[in-house]
Amino acid sequence: MAPILDIKNLYKNYGAVEILKDINVSIEQGEFLVLVGPSGCGKSTLLNCIAGLEPITRGELHIGGRNMTDVSPKNRDIAMVFQSYALYPTMTVAKNITFGMKVRGVDQATQQEKLQQVARQLQIEQLLNRRPGQLSGGQRQRVAMGRALVRDPKLFLFDEPLSNLDAKLRVEMRTEIKELHQRLGASMVYVTHDQIEAMTLATKIVVMKGGVIQQIGSPAEIYNRPANLFVADFMGNPAMNLIPAKTRANGVGTKIEIARKDGAPIVLTDTQNRNLPEDVILGVRPEDIGEPDHRASQTAQAAECMVDIVEPAGADTFVVMQLGGKHVTARLHSETSAQPGKRQQLAFDLGKVSYFAPDTGQRLN
Amino acid sequence: MTDFAIAPPRSQSRAVRIGLRWLLYVILGLFALYYLLPLFVMITTSLKSLEEIRTGDLMALPREVTFDAWKTAWSGACTGIQCDGVKPYFWNSVLIAVPAVLISTLIGAMNGYVVAHWHFRGANIFFALMLFGCFIPFQVVLLPMARVLGLMGIAGTIPGLIFVHVIYGIGFTTLFFRNYYVTIPSELSKAAKVDGAGFLRIFWSIFLPLSLPIIVVSIIWQFTQIWNDFLFGVSFSQAGTQPITVALNNIVNSTTGVKEYNVDMAAAIIAALPTLLVYIVAGKYFIRGLTAGSVKG
Amino acid sequence: MSKWLEEHLPKVVLAPSFIAVLVFVYGFIIWTAWVSLTRSRLLPKYEIEGFIQYERLFAAPRWDVAMNNLFIFGTLFIVISMVLGLMLAILLDQNIRTEGAIRTIYLYPMALSMIVTGTAWKWILNPGLGLEATVQGWGLENFTFNWLVDPDKAIYTVVLAAIWQSSGFVMALFLAGLRSVDTEIIRAAQVDGIPTWRVYSAIIIPSMAPIFLSAFIVLAHLAIKSFDLVIALTGGGPGFATDLPATYMYAMAFSRGDIGQAASSAMVMMGVVFTIVVPYLYSELRAKND
Repeated sequence: MAPILDIKNLYKNYGAVEILKDINVSIEQGEFLVLVGPSGCGKSTLLNCIAGLEPITRGELHIGGRNMTDVSPKNRDIAMVFQSYALYPTMTVAKNITFGMKVRGVDQATQQEKLQQVARQLQIEQLLNRRPGQLSGGQRQRVAMGRALVRDPKLFLFDEPLSNLDAKLRVEMRTEIKELHQRLGASMVYVTHDQIEAMTLATKIVVMKGGVIQQIGSPAEIYNRPANLFVADFMGNPAMNLIPAKTRANGVGTKIEIARKDGAPIVLTDTQNRNLPEDVILGVRPEDIGEPDHRASQTAQAAECMVDIVEPAGADTFVVMQLGGKHVTARLHSETSAQPGKRQQLAFDLGKVSYFAPDTGQRLN
Repeated sequence: MTDFAIAPPRSQSRAVRIGLRWLLYVILGLFALYYLLPLFVMITTSLKSLEEIRTGDLMALPREVTFDAWKTAWSGACTGIQCDGVKPYFWNSVLIAVPAVLISTLIGAMNGYVVAHWHFRGANIFFALMLFGCFIPFQVVLLPMARVLGLMGIAGTIPGLIFVHVIYGIGFTTLFFRNYYVTIPSELSKAAKVDGAGFLRIFWSIFLPLSLPIIVVSIIWQFTQIWNDFLFGVSFSQAGTQPITVALNNIVNSTTGVKEYNVDMAAAIIAALPTLLVYIVAGKYFIRGLTAGSVKG
Repeated sequence: MSKWLEEHLPKVVLAPSFIAVLVFVYGFIIWTAWVSLTRSRLLPKYEIEGFIQYERLFAAPRWDVAMNNLFIFGTLFIVISMVLGLMLAILLDQNIRTEGAIRTIYLYPMALSMIVTGTAWKWILNPGLGLEATVQGWGLENFTFNWLVDPDKAIYTVVLAAIWQSSGFVMALFLAGLRSVDTEIIRAAQVDGIPTWRVYSAIIIPSMAPIFLSAFIVLAHLAIKSFDLVIALTGGGPGFATDLPATYMYAMAFSRGDIGQAASSAMVMMGVVFTIVVPYLYSELRAKND
């Protein structure tokens, strides 16, 4: 079957400025694609291009197997939820939801039937006669979703739909969107700058920066095997530790040497990776540094480190130390005995580390 | 409200403070009198007989109120050779202002909508050109406009004046609507596009229902401008099609006969009433138009 | 066809206005500029002869008076309106209980036609029956106030009436400016124990620079275009004593039948407006696009 969305060699310029460069993405029916990146990375522009709200400078765009490159938004069989929700302020909730059908000349009975169905689904039946100004943020969000759902489109587009909600509601709505996706089996493209949203919702993530795709992959791939330093740093909270290190091949594997400001360097031996250049950036997730007894992994290697700061965070306790000239964070259990200013045995799980070239920032292993 | 005014500086005693407060109100009151004086004089003069004006005091209330001057001003005062009062000219002004206001507001709304939400190359240049058109001294277009109106066969007619007011009004109305519509998020028109609505549908169903405040501003501004216009009125009208400002000036400055100051004042009040009424009823919008129209670029 | 229309409808909608602006503003300016370079008299001629109209214009005593008047009128009108407007705005900003009513009174003249304003003031300033007679009636028998008919003073009556009409508007502008100053800055100054007048002079007024500029532009623009007020108040007289460029232009165009002079004087007015408004508009538009 043809992919539901297929973007080939897409370029987008504003005058002389290239906003999007050589974008290639495709998703299958039922996938949940998240475009994630810092502000200004072009993710929203890309979404607008998919919607047909911005013309494409070069390249092709297919939705449901049809070339939609020059097709106007209304004929693309899409629905879109906006960051500000973009509810029509002078219309009631019901009119907001049925406006699209009215424009397309759907008969009254069908309109009402679909309206009721969607309202029931989203539990907004009691709001139908209100105006957007009388709704709370979460309610507006629901109405915006309703307006999209009622179209029953091939492709749903979401432009940072949760960023105007407070933290608690955002988590709730995130779960609801995920549930909706699973129930409908619909195909969705979702833009966010929040990497946690990206991880939790996506079946496929596209990480963007400066109009260029940095990596495409499943959340696990993106998280465990970031393609470059940017992705490594951007995805995950607290961010992956990126520590400058020296390597030396020996009989068993590769010796990794990390400088310390006090005392001799830490030396670890990676038995799996060979042929690394002399200078690397070692990428270790905070959860891959732990107390030796808690991380009894075969690939873990212990070293004694000076703890600078201890940050209890409920379930976990983060400790920060200075390695290779960088602050390095480790995620420990809450009952840890680590004390600031004291030495602490920590195990580095070398089975899960990433190596990056310092000059290009690309992944080496 | 910059609310620090309430907090009294500690060093001042209560008496000084109350004294200053009184002084403040006295000054504000005196200025109120300054602004009200001409209106007061106009009204009282219009209610006096000519005899009383000649012998009495400008500031005094009329000893005997008479509406004769009003009657004369409305239907008997002479503008040059004709002596029909300001009545026909009042209706001329209505006939000019109403269509010109409506047409220029409608065009301005469409233009503002396009400039604010349908970006295309050149839209900003268009807007800049149009904006500058608001500021030209109209003297620079008087001569060619007189000829063009002649060529179009509407010189000296009411449609001719409507045309002129529409042409030179759309700059301001476009400005009003453009500045209003840029505050409406573009996501709204995007959502409507995804919903399948086109250019006109989005304007009609989404933007126009949101536009009531700015429509009021535009109508009030245009009405005040057009009603109070004198330059175009005196340049492009002829006997019978003059607007009320021109007629008023003719009455006041006609050199024939006895000067009837009471009639002049009554005619002036009649000429001022419509815009004054608008100001009193919708002052908030009037001020908004003034500030938006003359300040914001 | 429908796709073409869908794509181009915005331009189609804008096109008539665009053409109108091009023809009726810019085309007309060019026409006037062109005619100002010819020997046109009663009828326009189109052979360019150079700057003879401008030479005639600058040699004409009446134009000299008009430009002088514009300078006197413009300066006084702008300066006094701004000072008065700012003063009234600050006074009104002191938690005045009847602020709404006072504002309404100060601002209503702006709703009036200049012709009405001129008519009213002409009557008040009437030497025989107006203010002069009133003050004399109060016992000051020797009081004279005949500026309206004094060629040296008449222009000041125009200033007086123009200020009466416009200062309330300037007040409204400044009042809006005073209210838009960030209250946190004012609170911070209060906490620092800075006295009220210093808060105004050191914090609030300097932050209103853009409003001063706007007020200046609006007033300058009004001054240059002033026509109706002079016509109604003095008729340009006594003699030509209160002529302004606008009345000069009108007289040349419609009563003297000297189109060349009318066109060249209009172009000079245009030039004055240009030099004031263009830098302002340019900076405004740039600020918008950033």
